[in-house]
Amino acid sequence: MEIPQIPKDKFKLLNNKGNKEQEKIGTPALTYMQDVRRRLFKNKVAVVCLTLLSIIVLISVFAPVIAPYGPNVQHATLSNLPPKLGNLNIPGFNGYQNMGGKMVDAYQQVHAPKGTYYILGTDYLGRDLLSRIIYGTRLSLIVAVLATLVDLLIGIPYGIVSGWKGGMTDNFMQRIVEIVSSVPNLIVVILMMIILKPGLISIVLAIAITDWVTMARLIRAQTFQLKEQEYVLAARTLGESSTKIATKHLIPNLSSTIIIQTMFTIPNAIFFEAFLSFIGIGIPAPNASLGTLLSDGQKAFRFLPYQMWAPAIILSIIMIATNLLGDGLRDAFDPQSSD
Amino acid sequence: MAKYILKRILYLFLTLFIIATITFFLMKMLPGTPFSNQNRLSPDQLAIVKAQYGLDQPVFIQYIRYIGGLFQGNLGTSFQFNNEPVTQLIGQRLAPSMQIGAQAMILGTILGILLGAIAAIRKNSWVDTLATFISILGISIPSFVLAVLLQFYLAYKWHIYPVALWDNFQSSVLPTIALAALPLGNVARFMRTEMVDVLSSDYIELAKSKGNSEWQVVVKHALRNSLIPIVTIIGPMAVSTMTGSMVVENIFSIPGIGEQFVKSITTNDYPTIMGLTIFYSFLLILVFLIVDILYVLIDPRIRLGNGGND
Repeated sequence: MEIPQIPKDKFKLLNNKGNKEQEKIGTPALTYMQDVRRRLFKNKVAVVCLTLLSIIVLISVFAPVIAPYGPNVQHATLSNLPPKLGNLNIPGFNGYQNMGGKMVDAYQQVHAPKGTYYILGTDYLGRDLLSRIIYGTRLSLIVAVLATLVDLLIGIPYGIVSGWKGGMTDNFMQRIVEIVSSVPNLIVVILMMIILKPGLISIVLAIAITDWVTMARLIRAQTFQLKEQEYVLAARTLGESSTKIATKHLIPNLSSTIIIQTMFTIPNAIFFEAFLSFIGIGIPAPNASLGTLLSDGQKAFRFLPYQMWAPAIILSIIMIATNLLGDGLRDAFDPQSSD
Repeated sequence: MAKYILKRILYLFLTLFIIATITFFLMKMLPGTPFSNQNRLSPDQLAIVKAQYGLDQPVFIQYIRYIGGLFQGNLGTSFQFNNEPVTQLIGQRLAPSMQIGAQAMILGTILGILLGAIAAIRKNSWVDTLATFISILGISIPSFVLAVLLQFYLAYKWHIYPVALWDNFQSSVLPTIALAALPLGNVARFMRTEMVDVLSSDYIELAKSKGNSEWQVVVKHALRNSLIPIVTIIGPMAVSTMTGSMVVENIFSIPGIGEQFVKSITTNDYPTIMGLTIFYSFLLILVFLIVDILYVLIDPRIRLGNGGND
């Protein structure tokens, strides 16, 4: 039997135009990272914090260019001068100081050359506080970034190996984690500081040695989930080596966990540096860090409160901004975590 | 349950033993001498002093002695503070630290619960924003910054509280506030998340539909159920309070163990550092253990492993 041929022109596409319109993809398809960026930039608080932190980081990076003086340049005759902002007569920034109940121009008293002014005043050795704060912030940030890097370098491989291998290896590695994490961080940091010579490297090591545990735990838990995924199975079937699977498949998929955790490690490191310097076993003199500046300021705060204000404010701003940015990033990476 | 607790206590001692061993050998590795006037001592005198502290023995014997002493509750004698036994030093100084720590944790927790609950009930209103802001400040601003600022304004400028003194309740107010900020922030944050979760659950809807007032629903149903997970953050809270107390005690000159710890670090008083390290670790591991046990007791949904018939 022959099937009758129906000529093509008997067929007609209905609603040709409308259908196409419906099927069209209106917005460009966003990759995961683009999506994250979009969500992050929609969060006003996070954007403000990101801007603030960027400014602070830029100032610290270009500290030698921006700071008016070197951090350790002393002018013995110009010690303990209050803040003065040019010739502007703003209370608190006019170079006047309360001496025995009277407001006195401190700059005239020490016969400072005309035109000399320190925006945030000077300390007991006549060092410019603004410059010291800029360099101090720089040092604190360097400590935080280095500590976080070391933290990542230990935590990520440890977590991946533990999660990937499983079984006895995992069991053994987790016992170590348990013991390390049951010792209070602060104690380990302080013990490390006593043993190592005080200085930048020791602080970084001391902080990193305790902080990697949290990272390792998170990475391990995630690796456990990821290794059951089909794409990992596919990679294994194709004969990829474990290291390649880790770098090509696991780490990219762990990136959100890593970024979020990093944002919480940084303020932690800044806090520990400031804490150690404050109790006198951190950054050694004459170098400035936010902790040492605050400690110096606290000693003199009765008569020279401005020496304490500036480092306290900068330290608080950095802590608040990193914490809020961390929250923002977490919400951006994982919208379900927020309500 | 009993098996679990026993296992955890065993772990506690194992961890303490490892910590004690590590601190002991670390302290032995340190360069320098514990005696500040060693150069002025004749070899004979030095030998006598060393024998008095047991430092003439081989390191291994010293170690065995130290661990043996630990089992009898003996933490050695201080090199610096009038040769006082370390246990006695800790004993004398425990009360102020405990008082401030407890006050701060209680104050922080209560205020934090209130703040978090109010924020959750008035979710996305200005009250919520304000509460979130306060809790972020509490979490972010280090306790020593807060302590310094409080000392400057409330004590030095306005004379409401003593600048640095330790005698009555008045003198404990500022350090307590400085230490309470962090727990407050943490608890408020945690509480808000929990409470928002609970408020959107079915049993709250049911309670509302039965005609209960909002107050009744919140207090009787929501608050109670949100409180359970707060127990889990007591451990970390104790850690941060302890960390904070070291500097805060220093700033306000409170004769507590935190201040003692910082002092022994700056004077290289190794037996005291070791003793306090072990003591602090013991305290914290104990807190974590108690919290874990409490959690199992409070929340019937968690019954360690074997399906609730333990």
